[in-house]
Amino acid sequence: MLTWLPQNVSTFGGDVDHLFHIIYYITGVWFVAAELFLFYCLVRFHKSRQAQPLYARGESSSQAAWVLVPVLVVLMLDLGIDKIGGDVWHRIKLELPPAGDQVHVTGKQFNWEFTYPGPDGKFGTADDQTIENELHVPVGTVVRFELSSKDVIHSFFVPALRLKQDAMPGRTIKGWFEATQPGTYEIACAELCGFGHYGMHGVLTVHTAADYQRWVQSTWGAAKAAAK
Amino acid sequence: MATATPSEIRVGAHHEPHLGFLRSYVFSVDHKVIAKQYLGLSLFMALLGGAAAYLIRWQLAWPETYVPGWGYVEPQQYNAIITMHGTIMIFFVAMPFVLGAFGNFLIPLMVGADDMAFPRLNMMSFWTLFVGSAVLIASFFVPAGPAAGGWTAYAPLSARPIYTGVTWGQNLWLIAVAIEFASFLMGGINFLTTALNMRVPGMTLWRLPMLVWTELIAAVLFMLSVGPLIAGAFMLLLDRIAGTSFFVPDKGGDPLLWQHLFWFFGHPEVYVVGLPGFGIMMEIIPVFSRKPLYGYKTIVWGMIAAGVLSFVVWAHHMFVSGIDPRLATPFSITTILISVPFAIIVFSLLVTLWGGKIELTSAMLFAVGGLATFIIGGVTGIFLGSAGLDVYLHGTYFVVAHFHYTLMPLAIFGGFAGLYFWFPKMFGRMMNETLGRIHFLATFICFNCVFIPLFLAGVAGNPRRIYEMSSYDFLKPAQPLHVIATIATLGLLAGQIPFIINFFMSLVRGRKAERNPWHANTLEWCTDSPPPHGNFSQPMVVYRDPYEYGNPDAPKDWMAQNEPPAAPAPLGGGQIRRTGTR
Amino acid sequence: MGASAHAPTAVAAVNDDAFKDIARGRIAVWWFLASEIMVFGGFITCYVLFRYAHGGWEDAARHVNWKLGAVNTVVLLTSSLTMILAHHAVKVGDKQGVKTFLGLTIALGLTFLVIKGFEYHAEFAEGFTPLSGLFWSFYFLMTGLHGLHLLVGIIINLSLLVMALRGTIWACGDRVELGGLYWHFVDVVWIFLFPLLYLT
Repeated sequence: MLTWLPQNVSTFGGDVDHLFHIIYYITGVWFVAAELFLFYCLVRFHKSRQAQPLYARGESSSQAAWVLVPVLVVLMLDLGIDKIGGDVWHRIKLELPPAGDQVHVTGKQFNWEFTYPGPDGKFGTADDQTIENELHVPVGTVVRFELSSKDVIHSFFVPALRLKQDAMPGRTIKGWFEATQPGTYEIACAELCGFGHYGMHGVLTVHTAADYQRWVQSTWGAAKAAAK
Repeated sequence: MATATPSEIRVGAHHEPHLGFLRSYVFSVDHKVIAKQYLGLSLFMALLGGAAAYLIRWQLAWPETYVPGWGYVEPQQYNAIITMHGTIMIFFVAMPFVLGAFGNFLIPLMVGADDMAFPRLNMMSFWTLFVGSAVLIASFFVPAGPAAGGWTAYAPLSARPIYTGVTWGQNLWLIAVAIEFASFLMGGINFLTTALNMRVPGMTLWRLPMLVWTELIAAVLFMLSVGPLIAGAFMLLLDRIAGTSFFVPDKGGDPLLWQHLFWFFGHPEVYVVGLPGFGIMMEIIPVFSRKPLYGYKTIVWGMIAAGVLSFVVWAHHMFVSGIDPRLATPFSITTILISVPFAIIVFSLLVTLWGGKIELTSAMLFAVGGLATFIIGGVTGIFLGSAGLDVYLHGTYFVVAHFHYTLMPLAIFGGFAGLYFWFPKMFGRMMNETLGRIHFLATFICFNCVFIPLFLAGVAGNPRRIYEMSSYDFLKPAQPLHVIATIATLGLLAGQIPFIINFFMSLVRGRKAERNPWHANTLEWCTDSPPPHGNFSQPMVVYRDPYEYGNPDAPKDWMAQNEPPAAPAPLGGGQIRRTGTR
Repeated sequence: MGASAHAPTAVAAVNDDAFKDIARGRIAVWWFLASEIMVFGGFITCYVLFRYAHGGWEDAARHVNWKLGAVNTVVLLTSSLTMILAHHAVKVGDKQGVKTFLGLTIALGLTFLVIKGFEYHAEFAEGFTPLSGLFWSFYFLMTGLHGLHLLVGIIINLSLLVMALRGTIWACGDRVELGGLYWHFVDVVWIFLFPLLYLT
């Protein structure tokens, strides 16, 4: 199961994968134990091997312990998972590290719009550029995004970043990521948004620093890019 | 017996009324006939839902190819089909199956009553559901097609016709679902009143068979959770028809509100469908293990705890939806805590098997098979309940596989187990065991082969509700998984053919059933198969709890609830353990 | 006779059980009302959340006629009183009283609807419709549903009145109590709606 995880290229993606592993092994042990117990019972206590069933009502405290003690262990493991999972959540969604780069992401039926502030680093100015379905970011930089939608709910999903956040019409949702490896990765929409939902497909390009400069220059022109 | 209720007076009388065909079989007020009507309706709707599953799976495995028996599936159609699949399976198959059919048939019989407390209301609740189903089916034939916004009908996609292109389809969907809610609210009145008020002497709450407990808890959960969604359905319908903006942000509405209303209902709804499935397993497993249910009261308290918890976990469906991220942590904790009451139920059932004298009839196979598969559904819930991991897994096939692994074992495996178990009581004939076991093996193997691959696809990041994924490079490795799942789906559907044959053949040619073919203890086995009008030929009195199997002190390995103790108890304590009063 | 020797203990166990003493009709009506409370609770919660989240609703709320609303509150409260008196009349066997008080309850209910109708008319005349903004959507939806519930209550009471006139009500006197439970529920809903919609 674990090998099916796609390559991870974000700083917090490792935490997500780690959490996945922890839960996988904890629940895996319980799953295997429960199924083995069940299967053993069906074979060992089949009526062909068992003349007189054991009479146990499970109501006295010593008998109830056979259920309640494992349940207590489950409770303890639950709390442990809560703790670890809570930390991961906190890191991804609650802490917003200082921005190295910014972008506005807007979902609409059925495209992603990425608006870049341009060389002046400010949104709402003349040099803003909006590019459909192409997100360009430099590697090793914290990218802060503001997510919104023009029509229905979309969900900004970048599997390689382990990042997902719904884009909600009527509100702006802030988030961040930091890519660790250059390359191109796919962006999908993870919330049913109409008949074109399956084709709402974007590409994230993570550039090396030099590469990113080249992209900025080709997009805004050399003169303006120099101002950045 | 100072508190003789009208039901007890009517018992005994036992006259077969000479009603016409219409009053006996169509507009009947007899809970047993109504239960069979629910059963028939749910099995019919299951055919529709199954056909939808076939189309979905075919399209996913071999995108945009000709689907035998249908044609090409268009993107818009695909969205409509997944919407209808979910709606039909949850509201019009699972609920009428485990609540409508088994609740109606068994609650009066198990508490020893002659019928439901309000028979005419009972009839009305079925026919209301019938109208709801008709409205839903009608929505297939309106211009612009049926609803295509998913079974969750998230606004604003569902709130404005321009977003999906669907016009009356979505309106009819809302109306059909609202009618369904009304139907089960009416049904719930009967469940509660009958189970609380029409118990025969001796049937204390702590001697109620578990199935009655689960139906009771399910009815209460449903009643307490569905109200806000009914309010939401009104608002959504107004948004669509009148142009208000409750869920559309252009005039200040909020799409998230719909999600809150939907999931405040949606999570308890899972238990509404699931708990009766457990109830069926808890009736069957002791019978075929010849052992008492292990820890009756612990289980009841566990189920009540699960019910209470189900009201404070709904936002786990919304971790990445834009709610305040600080809310995720408490909801994540409550969600993962849900595993505690379910661990109680599952462990108790497992320990019930230990040391038993197990007989693997078709009913027992479906019950333990359901338990075995539910464990997968249970543990995968931890993955999704953990907010940090849900960031990645939310909205992927992992979710799809997870909820099929919870609902199918409980509602479908449980429902089939119940059908094999109570078929003799319902129809007076035994089902064929060989066909039943073939049915089980096919269902069990194919079911797992459908959804295990989908877990893997989810881990690979495959979003759900995607019409076709060939344009995504990262999903290329997942494509073979979909092919496996689809072939297994075909097997799963074909695996139901032995059941259909068995069902109809046994109806006509099955061996006549005796009163108590399984040597079970609950009251429904103390009357004829099928029970006559009025259920019992003499008033019932209950002496013990329902799971007195294999007691070494008793003369035989089962002691029916209404069987008087064998010998007068000597002074200073009896040999019969009267555990119900402990 | 082992059976009869043991039956009394078993029966005694059931008599400990409080639920069996509650009349069936009452369980049913309480169930129905509980589910209704969840529906109206849903509306009211949504309304409060929206109002909390968005400013500017006070301006809209200023246009509703709180004086007529207050009159209506008094009308409904009085009708609850007459409903209780009708129930009391059934209990003591006062034949004339039942008819009078049921009639009065119906009349008060109709009065409420008529006043509400005038309010709606005035609001529509000023150009406020359910589409004039979220406040008005909630206002018309909640008061409209409440009005429908009241209409149902009036119909129930009318059927009780017919039974009283025919003299058949004495065979099933608890129906006045059950109808009354519903009537009071509709009244209580208004007690919530009035301050939320008119006074804040």
